[in-house]
Amino acid sequence: MSDGGEARRAAERVARDSYGRLVAFLSARTRDIAGAEDALADAFATALRLWPVDGVPDNPDAWLLTAARRRQTDALRRRTTRQAGEEHIKMIADEIEAAAEAGGDIPDRRLALMFACAHPAIERGMRAPMILQTVLGLTAIDIAAAFLIPPATMGQRLVRTKTRIKDAGVPFRIPDKEELPERLDAVLEAIYAAYAKGWGEIEDGATSALADEAIWLGRLVVTLLPDEPEAKGMLALMLYTEARRTARRSPDGGYVPLEEQDTSLWDDSLILHAESLLTAANSAGPSGRYQIEAAIQSAHIARRRTGNANWPAIVALYDHLMRFTASPVVALNRAVAQAEIEGPEAALATIAPLADDKRMASYQPYWAARGHLLTRAGKRYDAREAFTMAIGLSTDEAVRRYLVSKRDRLGPLD
Amino acid sequence: MRYMMLIHHDEAALAAAPQKELWAEYGAFNEALSKAAGSTSGERLQPSSAATTVRQASGKTDVLDGPYADTKEQFAGYFFVEAKDLDEAIAWAKRCPSSKYGSIEIRPVHEQTGNWK
Repeated sequence: MSDGGEARRAAERVARDSYGRLVAFLSARTRDIAGAEDALADAFATALRLWPVDGVPDNPDAWLLTAARRRQTDALRRRTTRQAGEEHIKMIADEIEAAAEAGGDIPDRRLALMFACAHPAIERGMRAPMILQTVLGLTAIDIAAAFLIPPATMGQRLVRTKTRIKDAGVPFRIPDKEELPERLDAVLEAIYAAYAKGWGEIEDGATSALADEAIWLGRLVVTLLPDEPEAKGMLALMLYTEARRTARRSPDGGYVPLEEQDTSLWDDSLILHAESLLTAANSAGPSGRYQIEAAIQSAHIARRRTGNANWPAIVALYDHLMRFTASPVVALNRAVAQAEIEGPEAALATIAPLADDKRMASYQPYWAARGHLLTRAGKRYDAREAFTMAIGLSTDEAVRRYLVSKRDRLGPLD
Repeated sequence: MRYMMLIHHDEAALAAAPQKELWAEYGAFNEALSKAAGSTSGERLQPSSAATTVRQASGKTDVLDGPYADTKEQFAGYFFVEAKDLDEAIAWAKRCPSSKYGSIEIRPVHEQTGNWK
């Protein structure tokens, strides 16, 4: 990215930061997210247009307020304004004035807003889109593109969810200590879901931008909840994954599996940041799901220093993870690591029970892993069959080509 | 906010429960409800076998014996709570013994005024 691009991105970042804080502040007061967004929408759009060119104003919050007010005055003249917009703008004005007198910024309620968006009373699939829209100001069109839903449908669902939050009385607050772990988990899950969307598709600009936004949200949660080890664990997990973004594709766009990646392409600064977050998370509290998954990434990344991933550690960590989620996916990943220590036959024996699991029948990584293990065990007929299933189930073109090449390498079968 | 809590029972599960303990638990819940939640009213209904459903369409009246919908869980009663937000209402639903023998639907009461608009 050019320097101009960096500057534009930084200006946009400040605009989103300020916008999200203002929307969160207003909606925490009123529960009226749509009203808060309405009051600020035009001012925010103007900021996104002007700041990257003219530079970021000294006081972004005050700038947005002034722009929102001007817009409000225009709307009043045209008598098309909503009462809500006027009230919202007055509320920000009072708060910015109070904050200026106290020599600070307006209170940051973005975490409370995230907890409202990820409340158990909100449909799981809408939690990530809601956080992306309200905290970051992403449009329904951008979100729809990443979630592979028609924009109009996504727009309607966002509107419905905001109405529901208001009418059902969903609280805007950080939950009490006893409730916090479970509720935080929902927030982290939503952010991680956004990251996974951004990681899955590669060629697409909208989705890789989403990965950046998710990491930014992860940092925000860590800043606002510095004592929660799982928040750090999740951010570390995202950074470890992000560090390998360029290494997972060959120059001609081919898929490169983790074990074959050129470690010199891994991003050192992201890895260092992830390592320090993980260390802090582990020293602060009990291990949760994200900390363990981040630790698994850390053990993989050991290959950069020693030439070998730390397979015994990876197997032990998967055992630990099994206690949190006894999912067949975790069992499968554990078996792949086990093969590196005990050989492919042992791993195949471990995953034998998964053959009866209906969820595995259409799970592409299961068939790919079977293909690899069977190849190494010299069972070429079965390997061919497994790779064929994996190829048929692939949704990513680069992965499909990679699997075809693996199958071709089995040679002619007679 | 004011919420109406609609109790739906699995009538078979309720009948199979140890009755003495159940109603003792209900007594304590009602006490807490009236003292701590400012709850003014609530009623327990006769079982769905006592229900009659009436519907009028194009001048014709249909009277059916039985409840509105023949489902496993049947509407069994209601109470009101005054709560700061949905979380407080959920806490009251969790305290209600009926949540163990069915489900409790939480519905905000439509307020004409008082809500920030």
